[in-house]
Amino acid sequence: MTTRQIHSSNSPVPLGQANAQTRTPSRSDDAGRKRNGWSRRTRRDFVVFLALALPNLILIGTFTYWPLINNMYYSTLDWTLGSASATVVGFGNYIDFLTGSDASNVLGTTAVFTLVTLGGSMALGLLIAVALNSKVRGTTFARSAVFAPYVLSGVGVGLVWLFIFDPGYGVLAWILRGFGQQSPEWINDPQLSLVMVIIVYIWKNLGYCAVVYLAGLQSLPKDVMEAASLDGASGLRRFVSMSVPLLSPTTFFLLITTMLSSLQAFDLIRIMTPLGAGTSTLIYEAYLQAFGAYNRAGYSAAISVVLFALLLIITVLQLRFVERKVHYS
Amino acid sequence: MERARPFSRKNLVQTLAGGYLPLLVATLVVVLPLLWMVLSSLKQPGEIVTTDLKILPQGVNLENYRAAMTTVPFAQFFLNSLIVTTVGSTVKVVLAILTAYALVFVRFPFKNIIFVLILVALMVPPQVSILPNYILISGLGGKNTLWGIILPGLGTAFGTFLLRQHFLTLPASILEAAEIDGAGHWRRLWQVVAPVSLPSIATVALVTVVSEWNDYIWPLIITDRPETMTLPVGLTLLQNSEGNGAGWGILMAGAVLVIIPILLVFAALQRYIVAGLTQGSVTG
Repeated sequence: MTTRQIHSSNSPVPLGQANAQTRTPSRSDDAGRKRNGWSRRTRRDFVVFLALALPNLILIGTFTYWPLINNMYYSTLDWTLGSASATVVGFGNYIDFLTGSDASNVLGTTAVFTLVTLGGSMALGLLIAVALNSKVRGTTFARSAVFAPYVLSGVGVGLVWLFIFDPGYGVLAWILRGFGQQSPEWINDPQLSLVMVIIVYIWKNLGYCAVVYLAGLQSLPKDVMEAASLDGASGLRRFVSMSVPLLSPTTFFLLITTMLSSLQAFDLIRIMTPLGAGTSTLIYEAYLQAFGAYNRAGYSAAISVVLFALLLIITVLQLRFVERKVHYS
Repeated sequence: MERARPFSRKNLVQTLAGGYLPLLVATLVVVLPLLWMVLSSLKQPGEIVTTDLKILPQGVNLENYRAAMTTVPFAQFFLNSLIVTTVGSTVKVVLAILTAYALVFVRFPFKNIIFVLILVALMVPPQVSILPNYILISGLGGKNTLWGIILPGLGTAFGTFLLRQHFLTLPASILEAAEIDGAGHWRRLWQVVAPVSLPSIATVALVTVVSEWNDYIWPLIITDRPETMTLPVGLTLLQNSEGNGAGWGILMAGAVLVIIPILLVFAALQRYIVAGLTQGSVTG
């Protein structure tokens, strides 16, 4: 409604229509615009801005920011989801979490999962990017293929790999039998479960890193790289002492995005290890506590708050320290 | 640099080892598991529960697909996913265009603060908000409804961010020309800014479609009845009923149904998603 009005008031008025409108107001309109035109425009821009941006901002406020505040409130309750009564326990949930055995397990699992998937997908992504950057045929197809898992459903991918890892009928077990080996208990052994989920997570995400690194490689200044190769620097030398430092803005970008998505990893963990044995990262533990068998909503909210605080700290640290190193000069 | 002779042995080995081999390995590592999924979905239970594994199925057998459809209401899941994805993506893309345009081209005093709030929202994983959102939406009666699945995800920080970055790169001259012609914001947006930004908008649209289709944690929590489940949640239901062993073929058929549509969309339009993501990494 508002936008319609803006449209018609701003569009150039064809002569015929201008005649149809009453003449005097349009004259005083012109005069008014000259006298305090700026403030009129400003006021109109205010309305336009709010009309365009407010729906989205309200949605983000309601479903992203408001929950953050609500979480803090819920985290002070001892409360079962769906129950009418709750006891206020203050910091009780946080104390429970941080002093219990949960904390070291969950935080440890989160750290291992995040760091290994981060390092793995970035390192492998860079290697693949270098291969994709070569001038052989088929790189376009290879690039698409490598990127594809990134856009696929985590649930679907998780099931496919669960079948591959299946100790009884999985293709991995079949290959190992060929070497006279017994398949490890990927699903029942908590530590191996974590390894399994990490492998699949890297498989799913390294294409993203590869494609972003490839763009970085292709945007490197060609004259500088050619000068270096004329000076006799070997391929490896050029890669280590020129490409890698010059790629630091890309690395920084990937560091942030990959770490954020690793900390959000849920689909694969849920579908491959529903009970979360050995694979309970912060986010999965928060899910299990509220919606799994435990029904501890307040405790779950406390874990979510811890996760958010961690995320905030990492983001601020990255912005503070890494940004300094990413400039070319 | 001296150019090596094209067919010298050294050159050939170098090309194979340095160029093709890593590419081939990387491609196979990605393609083989997906191929295995498709092949297994065509196998009969006896071909899966066996120690004498054959790579190819004995014949094209769609029994697993039929079983998946009858064990759980897969057609319903598919329809639900389609509705959620279409409605959710359309609204999100429009909201992203409007907000990004306002942030870049409309004067407003607190734009920087608003942009920072959007950036921070980008860093907040939706998973952190699921419990409060669950309480809010189920309190509004949105449990086991499609609008309950769609509504909380409609605000878009990602699309707004990406389009804002793109709009900032547009030359001021094209807008000035439109402004001199007397075009208002609404017309400048849809007749000047949007048409020249189609690739970026396509990118946002594609990324949004993919994430809506694949979205799992929220639909998993807000639905517990098959009538309103989306495909990924329905697959979980299938997993619970089929378990391991003989059910793998059925589960692979289910995985094909959730994976292949997105794979086709990606194959057709991947130019946009790849271009958009690399753009984000270089300018953003």
